Amino acid sequence: MTGEREGPAARPRLAVLYNPKLRGIFYQLVLLAILVWLGIEFALNAKTNLQAQKIATGFGFLDNTAGFGVNQSLIAYQESDTYGRVFFVGLLNTLVVSAFGIALATAIGFLVGVARLSNNWLIARLAGVYVEVIRNLPLLFQILFWYLAVLGALPAPRNAISVLDGVFLSNRGIAVPRPLFGEGSGLVLAAFAIGIVVTLMLRFWAQARQEKTGQQFPLGRAAAGLILGLPLLVMIAAGFPIGFELPQLRGFNFVGGVTMIPEFTALLIALSTYTAAFIAEIVRSGIQAVSRGQTEAAYSLGLKPGRTMSMVVIPQAMRVIIPPLTSQYLNLTKNSSLAVGIGYPDLFAVFAGTTLNQTGQAIEILAVTMAVYLVISLITSALMNWYNSRLQLVER
Amino acid sequence: MKPVVIRLALAAAFAFTAQAASAQTLKTVKDRGTVVCGVSQGLPGFSNPDDKGNWTGLDVDFCRAVAAAIFNDATKVKFTPLSAKDRFTALQSGEIDVLSRNSTWTSSRDTSLGLNFAAVNYYDGQGFMVRKALKVNSALELNGASVCTQTGTTTELNLADFFRTHKMKYEVIAFATADETVKAYDGGRCDVFTTDVSQLYAEKLKLTNANDHVILPEVISKEPLGPVVRHGDDQWFDIVKWTHYAMINAEELGVSQKTLDEALKSTKPDVKRLVGTEGNYGEQLGLTKDWIVRIVKLVGNYGETFDRNVGPGSKLGIARGLNNLWNNGGIQYAPPVR
Repeated sequence: MTGEREGPAARPRLAVLYNPKLRGIFYQLVLLAILVWLGIEFALNAKTNLQAQKIATGFGFLDNTAGFGVNQSLIAYQESDTYGRVFFVGLLNTLVVSAFGIALATAIGFLVGVARLSNNWLIARLAGVYVEVIRNLPLLFQILFWYLAVLGALPAPRNAISVLDGVFLSNRGIAVPRPLFGEGSGLVLAAFAIGIVVTLMLRFWAQARQEKTGQQFPLGRAAAGLILGLPLLVMIAAGFPIGFELPQLRGFNFVGGVTMIPEFTALLIALSTYTAAFIAEIVRSGIQAVSRGQTEAAYSLGLKPGRTMSMVVIPQAMRVIIPPLTSQYLNLTKNSSLAVGIGYPDLFAVFAGTTLNQTGQAIEILAVTMAVYLVISLITSALMNWYNSRLQLVER
Repeated sequence: MKPVVIRLALAAAFAFTAQAASAQTLKTVKDRGTVVCGVSQGLPGFSNPDDKGNWTGLDVDFCRAVAAAIFNDATKVKFTPLSAKDRFTALQSGEIDVLSRNSTWTSSRDTSLGLNFAAVNYYDGQGFMVRKALKVNSALELNGASVCTQTGTTTELNLADFFRTHKMKYEVIAFATADETVKAYDGGRCDVFTTDVSQLYAEKLKLTNANDHVILPEVISKEPLGPVVRHGDDQWFDIVKWTHYAMINAEELGVSQKTLDEALKSTKPDVKRLVGTEGNYGEQLGLTKDWIVRIVKLVGNYGETFDRNVGPGSKLGIARGLNNLWNNGGIQYAPPVR
C-alpha cells in the first residue's frame, strides 16, 4: 500500500476510498448489517403474522402445567409439573441415551475394529460381516427391529423370563433389583471412593517408578483389591448395610426394583451397534495408518503383540481416529431423536412433539430444540478437540 | 454499488413485511380447483383410504361436501394425511384449507393456536380397551397398568387426569402415530389402549384377534370432534360451518339423496329455502343458490354419511347416541337456513 502512496497531499483521502482493505471491511460490514436486518425483519414479520392470527407467542408457556405423563424420567416428574420441567425431563433422557450409547459404541467399535485386523481368519471375517451388515441397513429400521422383533417378542410380565430370581425380562422392560442404602452404607461407599483414589495415586507412583528404574508393579491386582476388596471388607464389618429391593409382579406390572423400559433398551442397542460399525472402520483405518515399521520396531525391542498394539500402535492411531470419531459421536446424539419412532420420551418426542402440540408454539419450541442439539454437539466437539490436541505429537 | 444494494434491500423488505393473514381462502381454493383437506393417516369410519386409494369416512365426506358446495364436484378434494402431532401446524402454515381429522374442540386449541373450530360433526368421549384375558370390568381396576396412547392428543391429558383423580398409578407409552400405538398394544407392550370410543371401535378391527379385546364401559371425557379452519377468514369459516349445518338441516327436513327430487318440487317454505328454490342464502355465503342441493346430491345429508361410515350401515356399527338429531334424542342441532 505504502509504495503506491506517493502523490500530492490530496491523495490520502482518495487512498482511503480506494484502500482495498478498508473497502473490504466496509463491504463486510454492509453485508453483516443486511444479514442482521434480515434476521430482525424475519423475527418481526413472524411476530406480526402470529399476532394477526392470534397464535400465542413468547416463552410464558414454559410455566404452564403440562398435564401429561412421561414413562421415563431421571428427575422427579408428575403431571402437575410445568412444560419447563418436561423440557429437562426430555433433555436428560436424550443425554442419558446418548452418553450410554457413546460409551457402548466406542467399546464395540474398538473391539470390532481391532478384530477386523486379527490374524485369526474367522474373527476377522465375523467383524467384517458385522460392519457390512449393520452399516448398510437404515438406522430407523434397526431401532424398529430391536423394539418390535426382539424386545417386543419377550413374554408378558406374568410369564417373564427370570434370571436368578432378581432380574426379570418381559415385554414391559428389564426389571432389576434396586440397591437400598441402609445405616452404615456411607462407610461402604467411602471405602469404594478411597479405593479409587488410592489406585489412582498408586498408578502415578508406579509409572514414575517404572520410568526411573524400569521395575513394574502389578497394578491390576492391586486395583482389584482396593476397589472391590476394600468395600467388601467394610461391608462385612458393617453387617451388610446395603440390601436389594427385588422387583415383584403385582397386578399388571413389576413393582419395586428398577425397570429399564424397552424403548430405552431398543434405542440404546440400535444406536450403539449402528455407530459401532462406523467406529470400527475408523479404528481399522487409524491402525492401518500407522506405519508397519512401528510394529516391527516394537517387536524387535521384544514387546509382545498385545503390548505393541496398546502402547505403540493405538496411541499413534488415535491421532487419526479422533477427528472422524467426533463426527460419529455427534451423529449418535442427533440420531437419538429417532426415538420418536418407538415412543422413547427424549427431548424431540416430549418437547418438540407433545409440548409443541399441546401449546402450538412451533417457532419457540423448535428454536429451543435446535439450540439444545447445537449446544450438545458443540460441547461434544469441544471436548473431543481438546482431547485431540492433547494427543498430538509434542515436539521436544 | 450502493443504490443496487438499497434497491435489493427494499425489495426484500416488501417481500417479507407482514403478509395479510391469507383472508381469501375461498378465492385460493377456486383458483386452485381443489379443497386441500387434512385428514387422519387411516382411521376406519372417519378417514381411511381403501385398497384403491379412495378416501372414505365421516370426516372425508365432510370435506367432499365442502367441495360439492363450491365446485358441484365432490371429487375436487386433495386429502393430506396428518398425524395428531402435525395437524394444527399444517393448518396454521396454510398447507391445508380445512382440517377434518377427528380433532377435539378445546378452549386452548380454539384460542391460542390461531384456529377456529367450525362445528361438531361427531360427539365423542374417551374410553379404554383391554384384553378380555385380564378380566378387568371397569377402568377403576386399572391401577398400575401400562397404557398406550397417541402423543399430542387430548387423550393423553384426559388419561393423566383420570388416573390422578382416582389416585391410581400408571405407565404411559406415547407414540407419534395411531398405527404405532395400536401395534404396540397388539404386541403386548401395554395392558390398555385409550383413545376416543369411536376410534377404539375402529382400531379394534385392526387387531390380530379383535374378539379378544373389550372396550370398558367408562367414558372419561367430552370429545367434541369437528372441522377446523384458520383464524382471520370469516367467509371461509362460515362456509365450513354452514356446510355442516346444511347437512344437519337436510336430515332434519327429510331431504336425502333419495328424496332430493321431491324436495326440489316441494312447496314447504323451509324446504324451499334449503334447496334454494326460494331466497339466495347460498349467494350470501359466496356460493350458489343450489349449494345444499349439491351437497345432498353428491354426498348426502348428515344421517346418510353417519350411517354409511360409522353407523349401522358400516363395519363399525356405532349407534347414533349423542349424534342423533336434537328432536330424536341426540344433541346434533343446527340453526335454520333463512
